Amino acid sequence: MTFDEIKTKAISEWETLEHSNQPRILIGAATCGRASGAMAVLDAINSELTKHNIEATIIQVGCIGLCYAEPLVDIVKPNRPRICYSNVTPEIIPQLIEDYIINDNPRPDLAMGTIGNGSIKDIPKLFELPMLKPQVRIVLRNCGMIDPENINHYIARDGYSGLVKALGMKPEEVIEEIKKSGLRGRGGAGFPTGLKWEFCRKSPGEVKYIICNADEGDPGAFMNRSLLEGDPHSVLEGMLIGAYAIGATEGYIYIRAEYPLAIERLKVALHQIEEYGLLGDNILGSNFSFHIKIKQGAGAFVCGEETALMASIEGKRGMPRSRPPFPAQAGLWGKPTNINNVGTWGHVSAILQHSADWYASYGSEKCKGTKVFALAGKIERTGLIEVPMGISLQEIIYGIGGGIPDGKIFKAVQTGGPSGGCLPASLLNLPVDYESLTGAGSIMGSGGMVVMDENTCMVDVAHYFLSFTQAESCGKCVLCRLGTKQMLDILENICNGNGKAEDIELLTELSQSVKNGSLCALGGTAPNPVLTTLRYFRDEYEAHINEKRCPALNCTELISYYILPDKCQGCGICLKNCSSEAISGGKRMVHIIDQSKCIRCGVCSDVCPTRFSAVTKVSGEEIAVPSKPVPVTAPKGNKEASNESSANLS
Amino acid sequence: METDVKEPLDELLSPYPGKKGDLIPILQEVQEKFGYLPREAMQKIAKFLSLPESTVYGVSTFYAQFKFVPTGKRIIKVCRGTACHVRGAGRILGEIERKLGIKPGETTDDLEYTLETIACFGSCALAPVIVIDKDVYGRMTTTKVGQILADIEKQS
Repeated sequence: MTFDEIKTKAISEWETLEHSNQPRILIGAATCGRASGAMAVLDAINSELTKHNIEATIIQVGCIGLCYAEPLVDIVKPNRPRICYSNVTPEIIPQLIEDYIINDNPRPDLAMGTIGNGSIKDIPKLFELPMLKPQVRIVLRNCGMIDPENINHYIARDGYSGLVKALGMKPEEVIEEIKKSGLRGRGGAGFPTGLKWEFCRKSPGEVKYIICNADEGDPGAFMNRSLLEGDPHSVLEGMLIGAYAIGATEGYIYIRAEYPLAIERLKVALHQIEEYGLLGDNILGSNFSFHIKIKQGAGAFVCGEETALMASIEGKRGMPRSRPPFPAQAGLWGKPTNINNVGTWGHVSAILQHSADWYASYGSEKCKGTKVFALAGKIERTGLIEVPMGISLQEIIYGIGGGIPDGKIFKAVQTGGPSGGCLPASLLNLPVDYESLTGAGSIMGSGGMVVMDENTCMVDVAHYFLSFTQAESCGKCVLCRLGTKQMLDILENICNGNGKAEDIELLTELSQSVKNGSLCALGGTAPNPVLTTLRYFRDEYEAHINEKRCPALNCTELISYYILPDKCQGCGICLKNCSSEAISGGKRMVHIIDQSKCIRCGVCSDVCPTRFSAVTKVSGEEIAVPSKPVPVTAPKGNKEASNESSANLS
Repeated sequence: METDVKEPLDELLSPYPGKKGDLIPILQEVQEKFGYLPREAMQKIAKFLSLPESTVYGVSTFYAQFKFVPTGKRIIKVCRGTACHVRGAGRILGEIERKLGIKPGETTDDLEYTLETIACFGSCALAPVIVIDKDVYGRMTTTKVGQILADIEKQS
């Protein structure tokens, strides 16, 4: 089959689906959707459709990025726009199907928005919502829109037309096109992609490799997973274009074993392109032959570093080596190798499907195109977003993300994972691009963006990241192996209230040494979270060291819980749930926490009914409470409260 | 306790041509099969790939995925990703540690539970997250942990 024939068939399948008289139900069934209960919702849909004898097409789609609203179910009826329903539960399904599919009431109260032409009364357009409006979806163009296991859906939406276009060009022209687009590596460092390809193309050698780095190891980042689960072909098409441009005959996808669904989807996709003659020998009748293998990572963060990753593919311990020689000269098994991140490959296919100029029209002067971020932490609307380069942190956090939940105050945003830094409120106007973030002491990184509020302790955050990098250090470089350990010990002392005045200076000095004395980016960037928190949140370090106080009320050794005598109703829930038997009390008696026994797990505070809110947390102060239980003096709580208590006590 | 590895291992190794580059995929398959890497299996893999046993051990101990002792019937993984951390994963972990009486990396004496932490599960929007076997539980609280563990006890 020629590509035109493949495409005609795919379009006809897509149009049949679009113009079908059957209702179509799309359910977001990526890992995040499943974790929210999408599969139970799917079961409920199936059984309800059977019950009413309704014929409908059900498609499991990838993640559209609205993670906070999962599970998402979209229903399309003939000649109507698609309606997206959020926070769907199995319990609501019978009602929804009866109301909308059977009785044609679209239930605007349950709907989040409509997608596509036309409108429905009282339902907004989904892509006009504040979460989606500022976004530009280039890499995520198909996520949530197509069946990721059906190659025809991808092809019907211009898929593989980029590869066909590339095959009609000289490899050098393809490289030129990528250079012109201004695309820079989306794995974090931001090296110009076209230039990287050119090095490898010009490197002498018959056998060349390309690698797709899907070892998404940064905690707080899930962009690669979502893309591979929602639109694997966009990544594979990018790899094929890259392989053709560079002159590679073999490719590897190095993916974390923790992503089973993404691996499954990749396997399905690889099988499909082989069947269509888009992978293998003489692709689409050309002289270009290319093969792809999947290699599963085995749980080592350092393998995200390119030389370590290659060692791991070779079956060795994943330890980085010094460069030069660069992978473009001598990479996998000593052959010229080009590594790009999942996201980068996704951009490549979009650029060739459209044009370099089209791509370069998005973004800022120095940074073209878009970047996908995983927005998480203390933020109202968590999710996966794609924004033009140069957008401000403010627009992302408050516009798209909807700000901080529960009326709390924004404290910091962490970008770049363990290699990045924490940026304070004063930098919210910072444009998001490689240079600005680096200038502020952080990095763009692979795209994790974790928002922190007033309850997050910045010393603890520095400790958290360093404990991660310390544990993941491969041990090759002394300063990374031992320097990070020393830094971690100091941070632990500070968090425990044993910090010394000279610790801040020592941390700064050690940070510099670890940066200078490490071969790869793991050690080279490990001190960034410490340095940025020292730069922007020094007062928190000083409070821990000088006043033995954790301003965010977070560090266990520096906080105490008290039961307020004027609020306690003597219900006994806290006593029953205290695992360290630190609470004494009795029926209608004010309960008391024995500070010498309390392990500050906070369970008493979690279980104390909110209408009493009798448990309080303090740092650096003591609260006067009776030495033993006394009768309750607070006005008696309502009946519900005592019912709730007995339910919890049983 | 030694598992009988010979036969299943022969079967498992048969499709491999014996290339050194296959070491990690083989280790992954062996672990999938037995739940951990039995000592005898390691010796056999070394012979099969013509590698010194020290190399096989060196590689397998480098990667966090590999285990060298049998694990419990149920594996509880607590995500320690950044989003989970700032949303209280530490307290969730503490609660599970107290309920099961084990620390991360340990298995209960009755071989029922193994407790592990993972760097990031990638479901950050649901933080804090725990994973029990293949089931993901999102938006955890210390109270929910108790309920989930009690439900599991009831089932078994």
